[in-house]
Amino acid sequence: MMWDTVIGLEVHTQLNTQSKLFSGSSTLFGQPANSQTSYIDAALPGVLPVLNEAAVKLAISFGLAINATINPKSIFERKNYFYPDLPKGYQISQYKEPIVKNGSLLIELPDNSQKIVTIERAHLEEDAGKSCHESHPNYTGIDLNRAGTPLLEIVTTPCLTSDVEAITYLKTLHQLLRFMRYSDANMQEGSFRADVNISLKPLGATTLGTRVELKNLNSFKFIEKAIAYEVERQKTLLEEGKAIRQETRQYNPDKDMTLPLRQKENDNDYRYFPDPDLLPIIVTTADIEKIKTTQPNTPHEIKQKLKNLGLLDDDISYLLADPDSYYFYQSVKIQSNADDKMIVNWLKGAYQAHLNEHQLSFANPPVSANTFAELLNQTTLSTNQLREIFKQLLTSDSTVNDIIKSLGFNESTSANELDEAISALIQNNPSQVAEYRQGKEQLLGFFVGLIMKQFKGKANPSEVNARIKQALA
Amino acid sequence: MPTEHSVTDLITLLAQKKVSSVELTQAYLDKIQNLSPPSTPDIMDPADKPRGVENKPRGVEGRQPSSLNAFIHVNPEASLAEAKHADSLRQKHLHSVLTGIPLAHKDIFCTTEMPTTCGSKMLENYISPFDATIVSKLKQHGMVTLGKTNMDEFAMGSSNENSYFGPALNPWDTTKVPGGSSGGSAIAIAAGLAPIATGSDTGGSVRQPAAFCNISGLKPTYGLISRFGMVAYASSLDQAGIMGQSVEDISYLLEAMAGFDPKDSTSAEKPIPAYSAELKNNPNSLKIGLPRCYFNPAVAPAIQQAIQEAIKVYEGLGAEIIELDFTLLDLWVPCYYVIACAEASSNLARFDGLRYGHRSQNMSSLEALITSSRSEGFGLEVKRRILTGTHVLSAGYFDAYYLQALKIRRLIQQEFIQAFKKVDIILGPTTPTTAFTLGEKTIDPILNYLADIFTVPVNLIGFPAISIPAGFDGPMPIGMQLIGSAFNETTLLNTAHRYQQVTDSHRKKPGQLS
Repeated sequence: MMWDTVIGLEVHTQLNTQSKLFSGSSTLFGQPANSQTSYIDAALPGVLPVLNEAAVKLAISFGLAINATINPKSIFERKNYFYPDLPKGYQISQYKEPIVKNGSLLIELPDNSQKIVTIERAHLEEDAGKSCHESHPNYTGIDLNRAGTPLLEIVTTPCLTSDVEAITYLKTLHQLLRFMRYSDANMQEGSFRADVNISLKPLGATTLGTRVELKNLNSFKFIEKAIAYEVERQKTLLEEGKAIRQETRQYNPDKDMTLPLRQKENDNDYRYFPDPDLLPIIVTTADIEKIKTTQPNTPHEIKQKLKNLGLLDDDISYLLADPDSYYFYQSVKIQSNADDKMIVNWLKGAYQAHLNEHQLSFANPPVSANTFAELLNQTTLSTNQLREIFKQLLTSDSTVNDIIKSLGFNESTSANELDEAISALIQNNPSQVAEYRQGKEQLLGFFVGLIMKQFKGKANPSEVNARIKQALA
Repeated sequence: MPTEHSVTDLITLLAQKKVSSVELTQAYLDKIQNLSPPSTPDIMDPADKPRGVENKPRGVEGRQPSSLNAFIHVNPEASLAEAKHADSLRQKHLHSVLTGIPLAHKDIFCTTEMPTTCGSKMLENYISPFDATIVSKLKQHGMVTLGKTNMDEFAMGSSNENSYFGPALNPWDTTKVPGGSSGGSAIAIAAGLAPIATGSDTGGSVRQPAAFCNISGLKPTYGLISRFGMVAYASSLDQAGIMGQSVEDISYLLEAMAGFDPKDSTSAEKPIPAYSAELKNNPNSLKIGLPRCYFNPAVAPAIQQAIQEAIKVYEGLGAEIIELDFTLLDLWVPCYYVIACAEASSNLARFDGLRYGHRSQNMSSLEALITSSRSEGFGLEVKRRILTGTHVLSAGYFDAYYLQALKIRRLIQQEFIQAFKKVDIILGPTTPTTAFTLGEKTIDPILNYLADIFTVPVNLIGFPAISIPAGFDGPMPIGMQLIGSAFNETTLLNTAHRYQQVTDSHRKKPGQLS
């Protein structure tokens, strides 16, 4: 029997804000346990939440980026359950009225076909803390640094039909979140986490089968493997005439299989109700217009722009692989006269080679975009000279001009000196001059070579070129 | 140094340097020690923990039988230090009118100098690392905290019998309850243990004990006073209130406590009028609404009569009396309890014994630890409301209870908004009966809940209301409730003040004390 695979995805992404969703404490990752925890995060008696406007703006901006409806009145609700890493005994989330509704994201599949993925909703909620099972031999430690970090939960309709589509959507979304600076979407640090809802139905059937939720997947590779395993597992059961149990399962990478979570965790009645401590979020058209004015380009728009600049597909994929590379490129482009192709070639070539060698990235570039633009602006220098200067920029604090001076690249002879040398050249090589004037233009290189040799490479080749042409004309 | 002075008197006495804050504070501390010694001098001593699995009120065994038990905690050293500081502020002319005046805080407001127990075993030894916004506001005025007053556990109750620290006694008759949940604060004012006190009012917790103890008690408009640092019972209904000897006294405190707080998203950004100055205004007209339904057989005849007499007083002051009809009377109490319990079930989830508060010795599993900590730490009424609230929010019941209650709440609001188009103030009894006997209603919670009938709608609509003394039924005080329109405390206080200008019920003190 043939089966349709039906997949819906829920992505939790940590929003890029300085402070938490409902308190002033910092969202910095990797700090000592509970050092980024306020009384509000720890849910001490008497504390109240106050909404971080920055998170709301990011959510609205995301909604605009996926052409969604921004809910004019969205509401925070409480999701009630007990867990040690959930200090209030409830999570503040959005349930009936999310801030973003009915969006879509265009994805390009490996076979070059396109698909529009419908995003049912995206809502704001707070992250939980973490249980630390290694810190004490007989106890579980609780680290509340992450508690209250703003999350955007982005939920698709069950519109995906294969692991390839699921992964492509996730990668496209991941790219969007990173390029628009909504999130660093770092999967290792847990700032991009995917839950997969997956079910099978007989080919062409209209009613959906029983779905299984795969939780806590934190790498594209595992997501792909988990889906593949789960499709096979469900297919086998269905073909044996057995029912699929609606449950939450977890992927075990060591065994490469999915296993059900404890039954208890499937039984929660979250008793959602509007949080009386928080007012509804009211978003006006004016608010939206204001956010639109500072809306960054989507990766899709960036791609179109780069294509229009005449960059090759390879160059475009290089720039779109990492927002830091792209924004570095943008910054160089704004400050330099060099053409796009030249900038990209430099970034892909010498610069990237250095980054790879030293395990660095454009997030913390060893040569700033400013300095790098200044380097590329030295149009009078040869490529070899520029390479030499770049090398020194990487290893010293000197400026481009300092290095040019110290290498003597700009001691190019005065115009007078040059003109005198050219006059001498014409007098000393009468036959070549005659041939050139009769049309043997390739002799120009011969003249330039002689002059360059005379000035030991310190003359500016393009200037020499121009002046010889003029003298012989 | 007598301790019967009003805040208004004390403002003058302090300004004229006839008394120092230290003298004043010492006098009140002495009187507390004399009439109402806290039952738990060992509260800070962890040696006798744990107290076992059962949640037996400790106050009953530890309390001196004669103690009014108005205070859960006092810290004379800290109070006197604050008083000394207040005196020095006055010397340096860095004071406000309230500097040096002592007050008592209901034990629901977080304080750094004393524990904040909420009348619960759960928080028996809990000391907050921060002050509630109103606590720090009054501190900035140089007011002196005398102690933390007794209350029904987590503000759930109307008799003060639900306190882990034992019931508090009504100074007018110590076999009677003082009302609740702010019972301790009401007693403190009635017995002269503090000139003024804070309370909190979720369904009548300021007004009902005020009525039972012959004092004045204000519940301001929801959002007028910050809730930050007031331990939450039902967040959409909770509002800090003020309990004092007179409306005038309350108006001074309200000026100091009201105002927007960036730490409370539900606090209102409104200019704060000079309430005490506005009291002297004599408005040209005053329309007082009188709901017909307030006069029904469930209301004690003496109370009905007292209200009729109060109406005559207002008529004498030139007020126009307009009869009102409220059709949703029967839904007030059920609507209130569904919403209050729902919110409470969630608000009290944080008390899981993991980060602070009572932790059970039963740690066989995570679930056992949380369950036992809560079973041991909470008293009966709190458990009842958590269970009720959990039930009404549960899948399958949510629509029938919680959602319905929200709809009814809006209808009740509409009915009051319509009424306030016709009148400036709504007048009626605060309670259907005077203070009842200790133990009388603990058996039947429903009977207990129904006694909240006149106070709960005010919280559902968020409007301000005040209870002021309006006479006696035998030896026991009767309270009259005035309800104002949203953020119109000025008219409400002015109307109540004018009554107190021409009557003297509020000046009567319980006789058998001192």
